[in-house]
Amino acid sequence: MKGDRKYILMFLLPAAVIMSIFLYYPFFKSLYFSFFRTKGFFEKTFVGFDNFARLFRDELLAASTLHTLELMLYVIVFQVGIALLLAVLVDNISKGKAFFRMVFFFPVVISGTAIALLFVLFYNYQFGMLNNLLQSWGIDKVLWLGDSTALKAVAIPTVWHYVGFYFVLFLTAMSKIPSDFYEAAKLEGISGVKKTFMLTIPLILSDIKVVITLAITGTLKVFEFIFVLTRGQNGTEVLGTYMYKKAIVDQNFGYGSTIAIYIVVFGVLLSILANRLLKREEITY
Amino acid sequence: MQPIVQGKLVNRPAAKRKINVNLNSAVMYAILIVWSMTTIYPLFWVMNNSFKVSRDVMNNSFSIAWNPVTVNYTTAFERINIFKSYGNSLIMSGSTVLLVLLFGGLAAYVLARFRFRGRRYIYSILYASLLIPAFATVVPVYQLLIQWKIVNTHLGLILPHTAGNLTFATLVLAGYMATIPKELEEAAFIDGCNRWSMFTRVFLPIARPAFASASIFVFLWSYNDLFSAIIFVNKENVRPIVALLSEISSQYGTDFGLMATAVTLTVFPVLIVYLFIQKYIEKGLTEGAVKG
Repeated sequence: MKGDRKYILMFLLPAAVIMSIFLYYPFFKSLYFSFFRTKGFFEKTFVGFDNFARLFRDELLAASTLHTLELMLYVIVFQVGIALLLAVLVDNISKGKAFFRMVFFFPVVISGTAIALLFVLFYNYQFGMLNNLLQSWGIDKVLWLGDSTALKAVAIPTVWHYVGFYFVLFLTAMSKIPSDFYEAAKLEGISGVKKTFMLTIPLILSDIKVVITLAITGTLKVFEFIFVLTRGQNGTEVLGTYMYKKAIVDQNFGYGSTIAIYIVVFGVLLSILANRLLKREEITY
Repeated sequence: MQPIVQGKLVNRPAAKRKINVNLNSAVMYAILIVWSMTTIYPLFWVMNNSFKVSRDVMNNSFSIAWNPVTVNYTTAFERINIFKSYGNSLIMSGSTVLLVLLFGGLAAYVLARFRFRGRRYIYSILYASLLIPAFATVVPVYQLLIQWKIVNTHLGLILPHTAGNLTFATLVLAGYMATIPKELEEAAFIDGCNRWSMFTRVFLPIARPAFASASIFVFLWSYNDLFSAIIFVNKENVRPIVALLSEISSQYGTDFGLMATAVTLTVFPVLIVYLFIQKYIEKGLTEGAVKG
């Protein structure tokens, strides 16, 4: 159409401007900062790859990475696993589908911070709901947020929060499977668990792949639960909270940016790895 | 689902099968009900406890508050001024949604309906920017906000949130707009629409479902984002609700009644809205998230 060039530019401009200023420029600036030792915002000295060398010596960072990976394991196994199980079940029932879809999504719309605060009330040693329950059964109280259990305790709300999200994605994928596949299976006498493993799951494998990638990148962004529940104490420091501590609390912008870059690279590598491991041909109906 | 003929012919195996099927579905329903209890009961528990004094939350958190007290609500509204934070959240997340829909809608329209050089290139940039977490932009953005003197103002959260959510919204909206039939566009063109009125009169109304679902997700992510909020807008007069919650947990960590009330006040308005717009959310998820 005549004059399209003008409209293309005009319509793309606002988004391009705001994203350049608040997304792309800051990203490259972070990369730039990672080569400097900083004091506040305005005093900085170029140190080459010193910050990156420091990454490899930083034991707290190594610990945060391990905690993040452990959390990721729980998320992939339990969050994705439970979501898949629930989706298979709801796909196979006849009554109440709408109810379960609605209810399972509740935690997703709630902010992680509110959920974390709720779990503060559950986990509190002296007066928390869980220890109340244990005491009423005559069992000793447990230090839920203590050294040995804290990371697992934090993993529970993390997993619970997003099960409903992946559940809906799986359910949608399953509803797209043409019904003649199931009819054919029925003629062959395949039903129940066998049908699920031989038919449903292989057919939605590409969606499972997408969900696992989302779960991996999502876990790298975990922040609220740890910030509110433990502040990174007792072996729960993850990459997000550690970056926050270095960059914002300690105002160490240079090294903080280096950690941020490390998180990005780590995320990209993990996503590529997951896609390689789960590589399969796309199925189109 | 036994065919009737078969059921008549061989009666006993069919009956056995039926019991089996019933047992199976009983187990399935049991599992589903257990999980729905984990999503319903905690919400009931926290609301119930918000109507008790702290001492009772600590000692009898399971009892029903038959004689509700409103002391926690008075504290929340008077001492903590939770209303102010609500207002802040609505202003900041609402503006973010409007800006994202406007800018994202325009960009999506161009990407979906125009053929021009560099289009694929823009798509690759958009997909790549999905990989940039807030951690990787926070320090320079903070610096920028300080230089522009908009740190601790509403704008100081609106702008970074808009930039952060534009990618997702643009991709979802462009995906939807690409499915709108070309004939419609041609008809509008013959009727004398220029590109701008084409956007406002044709694409905006037709893509309404996509706009609705994108706005819901952008709103939720903006409303729920603690990380940016505690860095960019953590002064009392601009603090959004999530930052206030985090503040309450560190300041009033022993006042269980107040914490229960704060959670209740944050969660239930969102839940109620969710119940009304639920169908758009699922629509958005099925159309958008698979791409994101």
